[in-house]
Amino acid sequence: MELVEAIILSVLAASTPLLIAATGELVTERSGVLNLGVEGMMIVGAACGFGGAWLTGSIFIGALFGIIAGVLMSLIFALMALGLAVNQVATGLALTILGVGLSGLIGAGFVGERLTPAAHLHIPGLTDIPLIGRVLFGEDAFVYFSIALIIGVWWFLYRTRAGLILRACGDNHVSAHALGYPVLRIRTLAVMFGGACAGLAGAYLPLAYTPFFIPGMTAGRGWIALALVVFASWRPGRLVVGAYLFGAVTILQLHAQGWGVGIPSQFMSALPYLATVIVLVLLSRARTGGSTAPAALGTVFVPDR
Amino acid sequence: MQLVLEKRTERSNTIALVSPLIAIGLTIVTMTILFAILGKNPFLALQAYFIAPLTDSYSLQEIAVKATPLVMIAIGLSLCYLANAWNIGAEGQFLIGAVAGSWIAVKTQGTDAGAWVLPAMLVLAAVAGALYALIPAICKVKFGASEILTSLMLVYVADLFLDYLVRGPWRDPHGFNFPTTAEFDPVATVPLLIEGGRLHLGSIIALLVVAAAAILLGRTIKGFEIRVVGAAPRAARFGGFNANQLIILTFAVSGALAGLAGIIEVAGPVGHLQPGISPGYGFTAIIVAFLGRLNPLGILIAGLFLALTFIGGEQAQIAMKIPLDVTKVFQGILLFYVLACDSLILYRFKLVVPNRQVTRGAG
Repeated sequence: MELVEAIILSVLAASTPLLIAATGELVTERSGVLNLGVEGMMIVGAACGFGGAWLTGSIFIGALFGIIAGVLMSLIFALMALGLAVNQVATGLALTILGVGLSGLIGAGFVGERLTPAAHLHIPGLTDIPLIGRVLFGEDAFVYFSIALIIGVWWFLYRTRAGLILRACGDNHVSAHALGYPVLRIRTLAVMFGGACAGLAGAYLPLAYTPFFIPGMTAGRGWIALALVVFASWRPGRLVVGAYLFGAVTILQLHAQGWGVGIPSQFMSALPYLATVIVLVLLSRARTGGSTAPAALGTVFVPDR
Repeated sequence: MQLVLEKRTERSNTIALVSPLIAIGLTIVTMTILFAILGKNPFLALQAYFIAPLTDSYSLQEIAVKATPLVMIAIGLSLCYLANAWNIGAEGQFLIGAVAGSWIAVKTQGTDAGAWVLPAMLVLAAVAGALYALIPAICKVKFGASEILTSLMLVYVADLFLDYLVRGPWRDPHGFNFPTTAEFDPVATVPLLIEGGRLHLGSIIALLVVAAAAILLGRTIKGFEIRVVGAAPRAARFGGFNANQLIILTFAVSGALAGLAGIIEVAGPVGHLQPGISPGYGFTAIIVAFLGRLNPLGILIAGLFLALTFIGGEQAQIAMKIPLDVTKVFQGILLFYVLACDSLILYRFKLVVPNRQVTRGAG
């Protein structure tokens, strides 16, 4: 029982950054913009988040620093891909390359430092219920926030007028523009939301997952978040399932190493990446009837005047 | 008043020519500011980065050595990008090429194997790199899976596989437990061009690759097909060009070149297989490809320039304690400026005054 609870807790912890980053990217992509720079925004968010928390002693301010860093990074992307109509794939790659360098520069002073990780909720009585107590009532704020976030995004996309307009921009920017909607402004906001989420997801790693910062600590999570959006067919509900599945794969390999399964640890560590490839292939194959991606995803839009 | 983009009626050839230079200029201005923020004298830092490496023979050779893998990988990537196929996993193909070639070197170690060893290593590395690149290409063509994500994921897999080999079966028994193979035998080593220098045969191979790519793109039907599929997919369909076949072809070629670059790096400057053989060549090569305007000759120049930043970065770290990450920041900023300046080839800025009655403040 103890072990089951421990596994569920660690799966939740491993899934949360994926879920937060993928939620942001889902909104960005639903507006028709493909921002491949999630990894770069995350790693800068991690460095700034740790720096903020370490300087002020507050996890909350650290998270805020991470969000601001992510937004600033995403603004560079918006300026390039939306303002200057540059190819989105190339811009996203550039953002990741820049982010990896910047995070190393920002985080250099913090390597080796330790933080007290984010506090976990504790409600006497409820948290002590065996098996489900700590899972439901004993998480850190990030975990609860990530769930509120995805529900909020679902509500926004499918239940509000603004969400409908955002989806319209993603499906047909020419029509949306003809209807008088400010396509580029809406997309900029969507990109900024994606940046905020990626920054927060990055900050989660050194603030709650491991209490220290190491360069490159995102280890491809930004890219896995991108794959998750494809996995989810751009739908919030499936995103939750996907994020927890991937979190489970990550944890599975850690536990398998711990149990001394006779497979070299490197092969187990490769599992999440291989799983991403296999899942992408299986899903894309199942979807031969037509794409579920936003129709205008990744295309350049320069409004006529 | 508002600044808006307006499509040019035809692409501007002047800007196409000068845009990489503008980009480099803007990057240097940005770096000056960054050095000042870091509390370093910007002029000394720039001098360490861009001038000092050009002043002695060792550094000049070292630039050519660093440019070799960058140029080879970037040539392959440029073919992919021209055909609108997004291979961003060259780093993984580089590592797999290094592993496959090293296999022969490790297996023939200490035997009296002859001069066939090095050529066999080069061929096997190219084949392995091509096969590894074919995984995302086939997933794309057969199943429609995003080649961007699959090729990138395979970088991590290749990295872990190499790590496993040098810590496990291939570890040098006399290596004091360091994760490395034994030094390769002389027959498994890329020969130096100048005795006692750094320049090796790989640089000649890179030049041949540049020439071959220039001929392919400029003088052959295949090269024409690659350019048309990327620039005008609809026209290419009417022309009966098979876009899927070109994705497979360009991925295979770029994988082969990355794999070849990998084994040349290992059997040349490094001399043995170990983790960390690449300071991100596969990713920097993406910048080289774009800075070189996806043109073979341009890539050669861009490769030399980015190699200069690697060497300059190392010298600036030694001389002025400037962190090595500054080099990565520099490369990222450079790519941004290159892409932004390229936008001006197709678009121009125009100042418009909204002629509406209701003004919404200064916009």
